[in-house]
Amino acid sequence: MRPGHPLDDLLRTDRIPSIWCPGCGIGTAFSSCLTAIKESKIDPKKIVMVSGIGCSGRAAGYVKLDSFHTTHGRAIPFATGLKLARPDLTVIVFSGDGDLFAIGGNHFIHAARRNVDITVICVNNFNYGMTGGQAAATTPTMAKTPTTPFGNPETPFNLPLMAYASGAVYVARWTILHSRDITESINESLAKTGFSFVEVLSPCPVNYGRRNKEKPLDTLKIYKDKTIIKNGAHPTQADLDYEKGIILGKFIDINRPTFGERYEKICRQDKPQ
Amino acid sequence: MKFWRVPLDADEIHVSKGIVYILEDRCKGCGYCIEFCPQQVLEFSSLFNKMGYHLPSVKKPDDCLNCHYCEIICPEFAIYSVEVTGEESEIRGQGSEKHNETGS
Repeated sequence: MRPGHPLDDLLRTDRIPSIWCPGCGIGTAFSSCLTAIKESKIDPKKIVMVSGIGCSGRAAGYVKLDSFHTTHGRAIPFATGLKLARPDLTVIVFSGDGDLFAIGGNHFIHAARRNVDITVICVNNFNYGMTGGQAAATTPTMAKTPTTPFGNPETPFNLPLMAYASGAVYVARWTILHSRDITESINESLAKTGFSFVEVLSPCPVNYGRRNKEKPLDTLKIYKDKTIIKNGAHPTQADLDYEKGIILGKFIDINRPTFGERYEKICRQDKPQ
Repeated sequence: MKFWRVPLDADEIHVSKGIVYILEDRCKGCGYCIEFCPQQVLEFSSLFNKMGYHLPSVKKPDDCLNCHYCEIICPEFAIYSVEVTGEESEIRGQGSEKHNETGS
């Protein structure tokens, strides 16, 4: 008898195959996340996955855990509420760059500032994939999208630097080619107390790749040739510039009191013991 | 595997063997598993699945070392490998092609 896929017990298999396009990297990031959940040995009943809107937001619907598919950009506020109401749960936010950094940008920086004990996984595909590939806050300079047909004049966000500057205690960046490293980073961030952020660079072959003359395999070859793994590098070096080389690795791993701990200590002093 | 010089501890090292299983109905034919298999075990087959994508097929079943890289790079949970132990590997010669043909 043939055994089933090792991750089938964490998947709503009746909804697979997913809506993701052939060659889309979200599935790989998602499967790395599920592997990390499995390896972490945390009781699946104590894990919650929250995601926002967008292609990566569908992940919450495919996972066989308690999950929230929230309104656009509001994945982190829902996760914050969950964590404060039920501190015993491990909360994972799995969402995309448009959801977390464009419409939800303020929620991200303030959750990092407060150091809410959640793990944020951002699948960065450099554009608004679900709505047709428009230029987003993370689109590299000179990239072609339907809204920037002559090339993008803007500078993209450096997400690891933004997370670090806002106060995240764990910051890492990988591409989908480094699946084992993603798994390891997610595992470390699940064990970490505080706001952990893992960015995963992923190809979007249909909307971003097609307009920039990249087939999915070409994108992965670019990731292979143009990335440099530098663990412990300062996040200011991690800007998205293919000419210079994209720095990957675990950038930040520090400790800071979390929002939950401080709230208990400072705001609930009169609580009967 | 051919060595230029046989390592001194070659007889102590256990090289694992694996069988690759492909769930045909899930595959979207992106080709990541074929491109990034370190042993070049897979190739594109001429067959289509019910969604019309070309599937990977196992070209060199005996070369699979059960590294699971196809399993972790696959975005669709459509391929995985399972380790074979000593006795199974003998009957594997006939079995591996069969696994490739049967879908889920």
